[in-house]
Amino acid sequence: MNYASYIALIPLLPLAGFVILGLFGKKPFARSAGVIGTLLIFISTLLALYTAYQYFFVAGKQHGIYPAVKALEFTWLQFSPGLSIDMGLLIDPASVMMLVVVTFVSLMVHIFSIGYMKGEERLSTYYSFLGLFTFSMLGLVLSTNIFQIYIFWELVGVSSFLLIGFYYDRPAAVAAAKKAFIVTRFADLGFLIGILILAFYSGTLDFGTLIQRLTEPGSSALAQLKGYGFIGIPVFSWALALLFIGGAGKSAMFPLHIWLPDAMEGPTPVSALIHAATMVVAGVYLVARLYPVFVLDVPVLQLITWVGVISAFLAAVIACTQTDIKRVLAYSTISQIGYMLFALGLAGYTASLFHLFTHAFFKSLLFLGAGAVIHYIHTNEMGNMGGLRKYMPVTHITFLIACMAIAGIPPFAGFFSKEEILLTAWQNNQPVYYIALLTSGITAFYMFRLYFSIFWNKPLAHNHNHHGEGPWSMKFPLLVLALAAVVVGFIPFAHYISAGQQAAEHTIPISFSIAPVAMALAGIALAYMLYYKQNERPQKLATAMGGLYRLVRQKFYFDELYLFVTKKIIFNGIAKPAAWIDKHLVDGLMNGLGRATTGISERIKAWQSGSVQSYALYFFGGIVALAAVFIYWWTG
Amino acid sequence: MSLSLLIILPLITAVALLLCNGLKPVRVVALTGAVVQLLYSFYVLLMYHNQRVFDGTPMLLQENHVWFAPLNIHYHVGVDGISMAMIMLTAFVTVAGILVSWKIEKLSKEFFFLLTLLSMGAYGFFISLDLFTLFFFLEIAVIPKFLLIGIWGSGRKEYSAMKLALMLMGGSALVFVGLAGLYFSTQTAGGEHTFNMLQIAQLRIPPETQLIFFPFAFVGFGIFTALFPFHTWVPDGHSSAPTAASMFLAGISMKLGGYGCLRVATLLMPDAAHAYSWIIILLATVAIIYGAFATMMQTDLKYINAYSSISHCGFVLLGIGMMTQTAIMGAVLQMVSHGLMTALFFAAIGMLYERTHTREVAQIGGLLKVMPFIATVFVIAGLCSLGLPGLSGFVAEVTVFMGSWENADVWYRLATILACASIVVTAVYILRAMGKVIMGPLQVEGASLQQAGALGDAGWNEKAAAGLLIIGIIAIGVAPFWLTELIKQ
Repeated sequence: MNYASYIALIPLLPLAGFVILGLFGKKPFARSAGVIGTLLIFISTLLALYTAYQYFFVAGKQHGIYPAVKALEFTWLQFSPGLSIDMGLLIDPASVMMLVVVTFVSLMVHIFSIGYMKGEERLSTYYSFLGLFTFSMLGLVLSTNIFQIYIFWELVGVSSFLLIGFYYDRPAAVAAAKKAFIVTRFADLGFLIGILILAFYSGTLDFGTLIQRLTEPGSSALAQLKGYGFIGIPVFSWALALLFIGGAGKSAMFPLHIWLPDAMEGPTPVSALIHAATMVVAGVYLVARLYPVFVLDVPVLQLITWVGVISAFLAAVIACTQTDIKRVLAYSTISQIGYMLFALGLAGYTASLFHLFTHAFFKSLLFLGAGAVIHYIHTNEMGNMGGLRKYMPVTHITFLIACMAIAGIPPFAGFFSKEEILLTAWQNNQPVYYIALLTSGITAFYMFRLYFSIFWNKPLAHNHNHHGEGPWSMKFPLLVLALAAVVVGFIPFAHYISAGQQAAEHTIPISFSIAPVAMALAGIALAYMLYYKQNERPQKLATAMGGLYRLVRQKFYFDELYLFVTKKIIFNGIAKPAAWIDKHLVDGLMNGLGRATTGISERIKAWQSGSVQSYALYFFGGIVALAAVFIYWWTG
Repeated sequence: MSLSLLIILPLITAVALLLCNGLKPVRVVALTGAVVQLLYSFYVLLMYHNQRVFDGTPMLLQENHVWFAPLNIHYHVGVDGISMAMIMLTAFVTVAGILVSWKIEKLSKEFFFLLTLLSMGAYGFFISLDLFTLFFFLEIAVIPKFLLIGIWGSGRKEYSAMKLALMLMGGSALVFVGLAGLYFSTQTAGGEHTFNMLQIAQLRIPPETQLIFFPFAFVGFGIFTALFPFHTWVPDGHSSAPTAASMFLAGISMKLGGYGCLRVATLLMPDAAHAYSWIIILLATVAIIYGAFATMMQTDLKYINAYSSISHCGFVLLGIGMMTQTAIMGAVLQMVSHGLMTALFFAAIGMLYERTHTREVAQIGGLLKVMPFIATVFVIAGLCSLGLPGLSGFVAEVTVFMGSWENADVWYRLATILACASIVVTAVYILRAMGKVIMGPLQVEGASLQQAGALGDAGWNEKAAAGLLIIGIIAIGVAPFWLTELIKQ
């Protein structure tokens, strides 16, 4: 079975888009940038779908599992005879699934942007950055080894930076771009050190070999990793926890989540692609990639579980108080990724990836819907919206479908995947289950708060709009994604993707679904009471909650905390003294040394009279003479 | 066709420059000379590749002539992969440096003459196999620098030129002591002392002698490559220098030091290098971290890049100090990468300065709007500096990290982790500068928005210079295997 011939094209076509539009975007392709970019990703999407078809249905299972195939591999950077970074394309169930998700959502975003970004001066730059991102993300999911994933990890980070800062003359966008890059960079430091540790003890960077060397019975690498410790914790736990920190940074988990809400400064279709469906789930994907290794370390799994569930809960709570519709969605993304992570922590590999899969569709749909709304009324503020259902019927219906999907109402996609996750929690960790159950109620509440505030509530005060709901390039992706949000839940996901690939197919008893669905309905009912029609109740509720409300509204003051640490401690406490010491102590010492030994101050005059050459000669000659004496002394 | 042409070509160019009259011929001759040199460097690379066999004689294309018989001084040159990489770096930076200096009108003949002379010194240094010849070329590469700064510089140029000259001269003197020490402690079969590096390497100097002379050679060369605490010439020197001189200084001159630390100090005195490695690592780690934090506080673009060079050159010294094959390869990669990247950065800063007449971060902003090309160059240089994969900086840094990690000692590990941590600090200062100067609202101190809007983008010469360096950076970043294959012993 030879995949190599065309699989490489899937990431390379968007890369070609980046190069072509980046270099020649000015003149020949200024107008047609959108079409070119879209066409390239369209071909990629077809190839990805064809690959999935070939992989799952034509090649099929061998010995009861879907085999992992390396479609391509070559040595990219050789460190030592045994250790090198090999670039390759790994085809296995998880990567094929991601291939489909990334290309498909990217295609929808490309199409949507044709309408959304119309009239943008730097359109070719925009599409070239989208191409760079899509390439990097595809490279990430197809990585065969841990360093390759790190390389593409950094590349998606920079694409995200470039796209968040696309409106580069807005200070807020620039600040958000910097924040996103620096926070994830900080997390990536953990990732990098984790790689160094694992590579050193296992002697490989390749995922397959790494997993094999660590999981084989009597593994010496594992024994070493568990044998050595650093401040009382085995190196193995350090390595995995550090890798997870890298993942948590990219996936915006607490307490590294602060960059994601700000990242909403980027163009909305970008948020749909990068900050909802693809890049932010990279952390989940990373843990899933090395899942057999993570399973070997229970404390780290618990760390993942609790980080996930706390993120899921806190982000959901914060989402209830935000008024910028994109920020609500951003917090909701953090919350949903929290679900995926704690599912992984509780051995719910399939459930986690299933939720990743369904979430990609309905969350990108929500963002594109929000984009359509913003495109229509030119504001992100919920308070300025209302009654939009009359003007934007397509957006309204598709947005409603997405809301039901994320709230977990059957038969929409989110219901099935969330149910799997809750079942996993129920079976493995009851406290987590109850928090997750409560969170799903909160999720339904804030999503329908958003829905009612945009589409119902008060009638729109001023309708300045002249261009209608938007062109078909915007409506078409909404409809396609809405269709996906309805049907993808019915895919028998466990049949295709499961840990260790022993199919863990089971049916969830209907009785189990009663509680989550009831929670969701309760959340919706509460949102209906508060936001269906304009009323005083939300305001009264906020006042009644007092300090608690303010605490949540201010996002638990995380940003202020970070600002304190960076500004007061790192900036004023480390950088400033370092610069001062350099200028006054070290340089002062050097200058003093110069003055004391050679009388530099006198010689400055010599410089001004133009005889510095002779001075330098004397100086140099003197030292040589000293040296000669010195050598004579030592050797003599 | 011989290796010596690498020295003869710049010499011919320099002489031709002296014979030229008028601005135009001077420019054309200087550029032609540099381009021919670049092409010839490629040819040498090709020759090297063709002759290369992995049979333990790494130095190829050797030429050996007696220069001064009584002291057994030879003109002895040859190349291996490491020197080949440095030669290519020098050739790239020289062409780019001459291109960005195209508009220099003050004493242009002398300016290009000195640049060419400096490049000749660097070529000679990198191919020397005789310690005396090596030292001779090192000095040739030093002297033009302070003239370049003193005459064509800006700001406190006299102070900076003096400081640079004194510290580098001091470094040279220490190097000389180290080299002379090596010379006198050798005894060839014929009963003579020798400067021949290949022989010295085989003779194995007694460890106690190594312990004496290693510090001289290492610190001496270290001063050139901003060894802490002897780095203070770097910020002042770079910021006062004219653009091309900054490019040469950071791109080539600092690499003379790194190359010397590796080839002369470490490889000729390995026992001492092992014994002192903890000090080297300590100083390198301090330079990396402390340089990075000090960079955060700088407000002048040239100071930012100069301080960041201290931090980045720390990786070179760290790689050498770690003494593993991988780490040393990383050090060489970092020399090449940093040479290209920092030259590009200084070029971009120079271009901005020429148009806005300020280098203060607070005084300029949003230049992407008016000069997209230069802004893009700045961004690429910045991303390379913060170690973005796909550009050369990443390849060099991870190789140093991987190599350093091979030392299982806890303190070495700690040093490696601290060095890794610097990539976060680097991201902070690079993005701060980039976010203000390139992004954000348009602002140029002392100019109205209209005037600022009318500032031009890069000219052909600047585009060519930046393009050349970017090609190098991307070639290494995307396909590092060709370079590691070249360097590998």
